[in-house]
Amino acid sequence: MKLKKLSENIYEIPKEGKMNVLGRVYASEKILDAIKQDKTLEQVKNVACLPGILNASIALADAHQGYGFSIGGVAAFDMGKGVISPGGVGYDINCSVRLLRTNLSKKDILENKKKVVEALYRKIPSGVGRGSKFQLTRQELNKVLERGAKYIVEKGYGMEEDYLHMEEEGCLKGADASKVSERAIKRGIGQLGTLGAGNHFLEVQYVDEIFDMKIAKAFGLKKDQVTIMIHCGSRVLGHQVASDYIKKMEEKYGFKDLPDRELINAPIKSQLGKDYYSAMAAAVNFAFANKQLITHWIREEMEILFPKIKIDVVYDVCHNIAKFEKHFVEGEMKEICVHRKGATRSFGPGRTEVPKAYRDVGQPVLIPGSMGTASYVLVGTKKAEELTWGSTVHGAGRVSSRSKALKTLRGEEVKKRLSEKGIEIKAGSWKSLAEEAPEVYKDIDEVVRVVDELGISKKVARLKPLAVMKG
Amino acid sequence: MKKFKFLEHTADVKFQAFGKSLEEAFGNSAIALKQIMTKGIEKDVKGKISKKIKITGDDLEGLLYNFLEEFLYLLDAENFLLSEIDCIKIKNNKLEAELSGDKARNYKFTNDVKAVTYNEMFVKHAKGKWIVQVVLDV
Repeated sequence: MKLKKLSENIYEIPKEGKMNVLGRVYASEKILDAIKQDKTLEQVKNVACLPGILNASIALADAHQGYGFSIGGVAAFDMGKGVISPGGVGYDINCSVRLLRTNLSKKDILENKKKVVEALYRKIPSGVGRGSKFQLTRQELNKVLERGAKYIVEKGYGMEEDYLHMEEEGCLKGADASKVSERAIKRGIGQLGTLGAGNHFLEVQYVDEIFDMKIAKAFGLKKDQVTIMIHCGSRVLGHQVASDYIKKMEEKYGFKDLPDRELINAPIKSQLGKDYYSAMAAAVNFAFANKQLITHWIREEMEILFPKIKIDVVYDVCHNIAKFEKHFVEGEMKEICVHRKGATRSFGPGRTEVPKAYRDVGQPVLIPGSMGTASYVLVGTKKAEELTWGSTVHGAGRVSSRSKALKTLRGEEVKKRLSEKGIEIKAGSWKSLAEEAPEVYKDIDEVVRVVDELGISKKVARLKPLAVMKG
Repeated sequence: MKKFKFLEHTADVKFQAFGKSLEEAFGNSAIALKQIMTKGIEKDVKGKISKKIKITGDDLEGLLYNFLEEFLYLLDAENFLLSEIDCIKIKNNKLEAELSGDKARNYKFTNDVKAVTYNEMFVKHAKGKWIVQVVLDV
């Protein structure tokens, strides 16, 4: 694979063959070596072949091989000539991260870590066999799909400030429940308010270091403060929406000319393209509502343990999504369709999409580390709007496969090592612990250093885990 | 002949399943999927409930995708967890199978499998046996 170094941390895959645009990789040399181990760069090239793609097919510093599109990928499409692709969003639609801040300090919780994680584990179901205790009627589910977190708050599970501090204010417009299949509804209806398994988790953390005092203050963060991070998505409802529309698009358009079957897509303006967007938006709203319910239960449970606790939403960012946004395209402000698959929006100051409370400084960017390592809060920048369609990384990104992890690591050892670092952990199984061990991810500190250096998001604070709950 | 084997993949789970016949290879792919879904308790699942499924696809890959996805659907929508495939017939991209299994709530496990994908999927006949390859999004 030809790869040209343009400047520090920026590499280019030259245009060749059927590519409509070039490929661009934002990574350090060290990270690039890891990225080269799998098919990530080939996938970046394949995405560059799609119709109507603008400027470049982008891979960020946390990129790794996905299906069709790589993870850690960003691609924007012209509204007229361009396409929308379920593979460019991912199966876990709106897999996302929410950060809560509390008025507790690290010392308040050190003695109670075990109690906290066990209480949260009891309260918040992780999935199969432990389905949600929140029962919905079909009509209520339709409202969840069309109105997201806002509807859940109106039902009494939270407050207005919660959804005002979320991307899209917790409700992506254009959602239409009637575009979600019966099959997706049947699979998903019992899962609202569940965490799920895999890389999803809930973590109690503390602010370990502040890099930018002024912006940390705007985000309501200070040293040693206890925070809680929730990482989950639209559960099986989103997965089924992706599968359904992949099949529909295959039926309608065929996949013979595609380099990879998972790159199936539909023109943005076609009926099928519009239907997919409406169904995807419904799944996005399910995910927002899901985390709102979990937030409510965290509040209930923590109030029992700490009667004076106050918990606020800092922000909630989407990782797997396609959105219509305005960006400069060849000097002209235009609406385009931005796909972020394993990538976070990173809008700088002034954008009206950023909540009022943060509009002067830029949006919070939340980057979870792997289990047991630090997570980061960054701030969105104008530079990201220039370089990456207002996007930055979403996490550490994997380097090792799960099957390899299971061969070389044992869950018991992982737990032991975490507890030596003072981290309390509760997981559904030993296997899920080994699969998510820090060793299978890239070094989060290096990933964050690169995006900070590039300026596509700037470091604000580092969070360290105290207690982790996994499905 | 080995029933199935797992292969290296950065983020997801990749496996191949084998069979003397297409039916056997499909059946083994479902057992491989069950092993990933249940993480080690797959041998404990009892065959208390019988179920018949009918699946169609545009081609063999499409049929395999829809067949495997059905087990995810049955788990979430009907709380059905597969034990064994008792009988399976495939003709003209149509599949009929008889399954036995149990209510998932009788077992303690967390399903990691988000979806079946078309990524690197193939169904082929080579050297007298059928091989199917699948990548699961987990």
